[in-house]
Amino acid sequence: MLQDRYQLAHKVYPYERSPDQDRDSAVRHPVVIVGGGPIGVALALDLGQQNIPVLVLDDHEGIGLGSRAICFAKRCLEIADRYGCGEPMLEKGVVWNLGKVFHKDAKVFEFNLLPESGHQFPAFINLQQPYFELCLVERLRALQAEGAPIEIRGKNSVEAVDVRNDHAALDVMTPDGPYKIEADWLVACDGANSPLRDMLGLGFTGKVFQDSFLIADIRMKGDAEFPTERWFWFEPSHGEGASTLLHKQPDDIWRVDFQIGWDVDRTEELKEANVRRRLDAFLGGASYELVWSSIYTFQCKRMDSFRHDRILFAGDAAHQVSPFGARGANSGMQDVDNLGWKLGLVIQGLAPEVLLDTYSEERVYGADENILNSTRSTDFITPKTEISKIFRDAVLTLARKAKFARPLVNSGRLSIPCIYDDGPLNGPDALEGGPAVTRVGAPMVDAPVDGAWLLGQFGGGFCLLTINTEAPEILDFGGIPVSCVSVSAHDNPELGERYLGAAKTAVYLIRPDQHVAARWDSFDETEVRKALHTAIGRT
Amino acid sequence: MNTLNTDANIAKPDDFYARLLALHEGKSKSESDAINARLVLILCNHIGDSEVLEQAFELACEN
Repeated sequence: MLQDRYQLAHKVYPYERSPDQDRDSAVRHPVVIVGGGPIGVALALDLGQQNIPVLVLDDHEGIGLGSRAICFAKRCLEIADRYGCGEPMLEKGVVWNLGKVFHKDAKVFEFNLLPESGHQFPAFINLQQPYFELCLVERLRALQAEGAPIEIRGKNSVEAVDVRNDHAALDVMTPDGPYKIEADWLVACDGANSPLRDMLGLGFTGKVFQDSFLIADIRMKGDAEFPTERWFWFEPSHGEGASTLLHKQPDDIWRVDFQIGWDVDRTEELKEANVRRRLDAFLGGASYELVWSSIYTFQCKRMDSFRHDRILFAGDAAHQVSPFGARGANSGMQDVDNLGWKLGLVIQGLAPEVLLDTYSEERVYGADENILNSTRSTDFITPKTEISKIFRDAVLTLARKAKFARPLVNSGRLSIPCIYDDGPLNGPDALEGGPAVTRVGAPMVDAPVDGAWLLGQFGGGFCLLTINTEAPEILDFGGIPVSCVSVSAHDNPELGERYLGAAKTAVYLIRPDQHVAARWDSFDETEVRKALHTAIGRT
Repeated sequence: MNTLNTDANIAKPDDFYARLLALHEGKSKSESDAINARLVLILCNHIGDSEVLEQAFELACEN
């Protein structure tokens, strides 16, 4: 059924009749993605850049209204940059480094993220989700104009799915009525309430934590000024609730998140007078325009497996976390990063299907890490027992005076990328003295190289990175090309620190998602071939 | 592995014990709970070593 569930911020993929609708039999597509949100569109970019034909279906005609996910992490931006749209996000986003933590009325301490030099992207930017999505869709349109085989269809709602032996059959509803298509591979990027997951009767398990947030975007009027910082209150004295977060967004908009508990009357709380009552208590009489408000509820859980034969799940459809730590959209982008190249190789017949099982293995591992972190944050912010409240308050009291207690304060552990330690695709970590940050399983760490950025030279395909040593410019292993990027760490301490450590030379095998597959101190073709086979699931 | 010191290590045990109890004199239950929690955190940080702490946690949980 076609029903608008939300208002649009940007109508960027209006309904158009497709020739598929006039066919007598269902047209087969190599990949159909359900959901045109950030995760679905990002996956379409990944596949489109590989020249794999991909069709995105969305039951709306564009990007939903409301800031929603606002905090995008370095790794997420690096992935977006690999898709060709990291820079416009950075340009629009707000960069912040200073955070302040309050308990009731008192400031507990402040922290500075102290950005590390030699990275193209900062640790975080704040950016309203519609801008993030718009950058992705604009990039999609640019790729289409260059001839990339990507299609996105608005107001195409998947009503039923039938899983067959080697494909999935879909019933799709449009304003012109229903039609049928088939997909060799179906990817569900249809959000936390994933209709596709429900249609397939697949469950969502794990630790459940329930709470809700009243989110308000406001534009300050007059002289009231807040700095570009993250302010977090435990048990704010300006109102009921476990926490409040204040964050700056682009366009002079401030985001206020009030944690208001699970058992609330949604309709009542969303009345403007009630939203303003909370904001007035918080802002102490400042004048502001209420731009957008919403109530957001969350749970911490995930699917047992993100692959079910021909159907793959990514983003919120596969896993949900609390918002503490900005691990929702950021982890969804890491899903796409992981899935895109694997699906591409399998479709091209260059890797066995089991490679897609490793998508589930690696990203379940990532989801568990995110759920663990966000559960710990929620337990600190909303203590569940009397004794945990006593310890929580003791930490906050001590943190004012004693430095040791500050790392114990947990208002969200901000998203850092997952390292696939002991991952199924990992080859040898044979670089003696090699730095831990770039160990096998880790995503590459950026560094400046000859006036450009290291990461910009990787991704999409397999690559060798050689430092202070050489390897053939291009190798071919059974149809999979491996190109070589050779750099010198001479006069480049950041590169040396991040990739050599105590070693004099290094050779890294880099996956298409910029994760380290294996590393050695010198090039050996047999070793590289073995590691490449491991990295694509060949046995 | 570093070992938790369970031998007597406090020079004047009676003085120490009296001092510990004195921290709680005239305090309400919730004030005392807060002092105890802060004290545990301060001492755990002073020890720092996770192996030693783990042995202390185990000993504390024995009845």
